[in-house]
Amino acid sequence: MEAGTQAQQAQAQSPPPALTGETIIAALKHAGIEYVLSVPDLHTSAGLLRPIATDPDLKLIRVCKEDETLGIAAGLSYGDKRALVLVQYTGMLYAMNAIRGIACDHSMPICMMVGLLGNEPGKPSRESSKFGVRIIEPLLDVLGIAYHRIDVDADVACIAPAIEDAYTARKPVAFLLERRPVHA
Amino acid sequence: MMDRKKAWEALARHVTQEIVVSTYSSASDWIATVDRPLNYFAVGAMGLASSHGLGLALARPERRVLVLDGDGSLLMNLGTLVTIGAVSPKNFVHIVGHNGSYEANGGHPIPNTAVDLQGIARAAGIGDVRRAETLEKFEAMIPDLLTRDGPIFVELMIQQGPLTPRSYKDMYRAARRQAFREALDA
Repeated sequence: MEAGTQAQQAQAQSPPPALTGETIIAALKHAGIEYVLSVPDLHTSAGLLRPIATDPDLKLIRVCKEDETLGIAAGLSYGDKRALVLVQYTGMLYAMNAIRGIACDHSMPICMMVGLLGNEPGKPSRESSKFGVRIIEPLLDVLGIAYHRIDVDADVACIAPAIEDAYTARKPVAFLLERRPVHA
Repeated sequence: MMDRKKAWEALARHVTQEIVVSTYSSASDWIATVDRPLNYFAVGAMGLASSHGLGLALARPERRVLVLDGDGSLLMNLGTLVTIGAVSPKNFVHIVGHNGSYEANGGHPIPNTAVDLQGIARAAGIGDVRRAETLEKFEAMIPDLLTRDGPIFVELMIQQGPLTPRSYKDMYRAARRQAFREALDA
């Protein structure tokens, strides 16, 4: 058997790369996140938001529109409570002025987890065929907001230190979910 | 109808350790009335004062949070009433000045000056909803606002302007935010 064929067979037998909601939730707890502020998103609905909703250690606040999350997270931060803003990329686009004003102009520790609905798994979002997905990283660059690409479970290790850094330095951070999280 | 400055003067006579969140014209009148470390100015985007206040109320349940909002601001974030109704923080009081005007943006009318904000708040699930058409009525309800379980929503029928001179640069400066943080931790 040719080497190339063997490698292809091995690849076919190994489980596909995965991103599990449980791994993300464990990282959020490790980072001291107590509140999750969210508008539902199909990208994170089953694998992340539903487990969060039933997790006794996390307080989920369902809001009507994404910019609410920025104000709530800011208020919580003054009381030393940590929050995660969990939204879809379209919600992030909707809330852009609040992100500009609260997270950037006033240097608030806003931690956003953004579902890139429609992004092709394994493909960098900048190369996505979807315009809305493709512009997210450039927009974050313009805003000066640090971001981390989360594609597989191995990427989740960056979450806790990045949140710690955001709250210590009072600055925003974004985690871009390039792949749909699944239940473990 | 009442003068918002008179309303804030009445409120200031009762406020002690409460967090007061304010925005735009409500904020400039409030800061001219009483400048104190536990004043929090909702920054960043119009309409989010109550969202900032909700976060503060959740983070500090031992303190009462009074949000001094405006009708134009609230209309930019009406969903907040549904969120507040669902979360239902007992220490949260939302006072909305209704003068039918985007006062801070040139005094243009809101889309429907006759909007029933009290009715919207009630329908959103806020249990204690009130309206004060006169200063006397507002003054009479202030002790309740500072002691009863919330969330409480008050529609305050106010006159338009004249605008108090304002400096957003002063209102939003970092030293104020730091003083607020320290007062909250004291």
